[in-house]
Amino acid sequence: MRARLWPELSAFAAVAVVVALLPRFVSDFRARELAIVGMYFIALLGLSILTGFNGQISLGHGAFMAIGGYTTAILSVDGFFGHQLRDLWTIPIAGLVAGIAGLVVGIPALRLSGLYLALITFGIAVSFPQLPKEFDHFFGGTTGKILDLAKPPFGLGTTTNNWIYYLTWGIALVLLVAAWLLVRGKTGRAFKAIRDSEVAAVSAGISLPRYKTLAFGISAFYAGVAGSLYAIANAYVNPDVFPIILSVYLVVGLAVGGLDSLFGMIAGAALIYFLQNHADTVARWINHLPALSLDPKQPGIPSVVFGIVLIVVMVLLPTGAGGLVRKLFGLLTSRLYTRS
Amino acid sequence: MPLLEVENVSMRFGGIVALDAVSFDAAAGEIVGLIGPNGAGKTTAFNVITRLYTPDEGDVRFDGESLFGTSPSGVIRRGIARTFQNVELFSGMSVIDNVRVGGHLRQGDQSADDVLFYMNLHSVRDRPVSDLPYGTQKRVELARALASGPQFLLLDEPAGGLSHEEVEQLGVFIRRMRDDFELTILLVEHHMGLVMGIADRVHVLDFGKRIAEGTPAEVQANTSVIEAYLGVPT
Repeated sequence: MRARLWPELSAFAAVAVVVALLPRFVSDFRARELAIVGMYFIALLGLSILTGFNGQISLGHGAFMAIGGYTTAILSVDGFFGHQLRDLWTIPIAGLVAGIAGLVVGIPALRLSGLYLALITFGIAVSFPQLPKEFDHFFGGTTGKILDLAKPPFGLGTTTNNWIYYLTWGIALVLLVAAWLLVRGKTGRAFKAIRDSEVAAVSAGISLPRYKTLAFGISAFYAGVAGSLYAIANAYVNPDVFPIILSVYLVVGLAVGGLDSLFGMIAGAALIYFLQNHADTVARWINHLPALSLDPKQPGIPSVVFGIVLIVVMVLLPTGAGGLVRKLFGLLTSRLYTRS
Repeated sequence: MPLLEVENVSMRFGGIVALDAVSFDAAAGEIVGLIGPNGAGKTTAFNVITRLYTPDEGDVRFDGESLFGTSPSGVIRRGIARTFQNVELFSGMSVIDNVRVGGHLRQGDQSADDVLFYMNLHSVRDRPVSDLPYGTQKRVELARALASGPQFLLLDEPAGGLSHEEVEQLGVFIRRMRDDFELTILLVEHHMGLVMGIADRVHVLDFGKRIAEGTPAEVQANTSVIEAYLGVPT
């Protein structure tokens, strides 16, 4: 068991070093982009706990991000009983509010699974971000809410974008460790047992209602933290900041990352950010191939490229980035063992 | 007083009567066989005892107290563990983690390793269960059941899919397990050789009704049992 620990510890150390040093080598704008990747990563960690480890699908995690984002916006703009909170302190509260919403959604989810659960959560993704339009007094309607621009605290001499980068990835690394401890502990075993066989899990004394709602709650907490950071980074929230498609992108990132591979979620997060914002770059690459021409400026091309890349990735890596690493590592260790 | 008492249990699925006022019992320390042709209601009886099903009528008492006040996941806390007809392992997990889940309600990790040694599974401790041959998977399932520290063990066709040689070992092993852990065992099995070899008592079900009860020798001589099976006991 101890022998199994070192690959993950060294992977974590490598990630931490890269995260710490990266802003030194990239532009301020890239740091901001990488911060957004970190937010997706946090949301994907949560989705991985729910879907990858507990086997419950959610097509509605964008809604939990919206809850987190709006919590942060309301607390820092309108405040709590007239007392405005600093954006930093709203992050855990946003996580908790989203987490409680997740627990509530987890209760009807107990009676559903597979396609039906996907539809219910998709309904949440569709309807939830529209609520602010109805209750515009509280949520700011279609205009949304404008936050103060995030500023580095304690007079740190860094840019806003660098500050958001370090804030996001600092939280992401803490939440990665938390997720890792969770899934390899007793609770994580119970989650996985339910995923693999509900009847056997019940017969082993695992309470389905308790663990399935818990997984939803934890997962939504992660999404809420991600949404909160997203609101802070954008300095505004409105219903369009958390569109329906966001929930779908998250499921895409989860599949690309490899469902139950926490580290793989970094790849998933990077891919969904990159394809959303830089599909035109990919189109330009494709133009270099003979007999192919995609005009990156033509409307619709980025979506087509997104789709093509996604299909290619899933055909080549059906088990995602996590599955690829596991396979390579398996080859390496079996080679080492047979040599000795 | 018997440890397990199933009393007048009826269970219907739509128009099908899976169990029709069935009663049987098992005394502490016994190995009790539950046999019958396919569709006789054996697995349904197991699922009633482990609270996966709630019957339409009747009661199941364990240690003198009804099981119907216990939730499905609480049954194991009463000391009842089971295996499944077709292996129900946690296929994405290692052998040791499967066994650890069996000890979910127990404190500490040590017992899981002890059980692996006892079951002679220690060499595959960290392997994913899905990599293992069927017979080994069945041992892992048994190990998982034992890891909860049960008083009462329900085995649903433990010999299913095993080779002739493995079945012989299994028979010896079930008896040893009963003695080592002071278990009471209820055994659903199609392999007559196994049941007749190790059971202290046998209950026979046919079409949801109990048609006979007695020692293996008595049951084998029972004409209604022979009719139900339409075969020669081995």
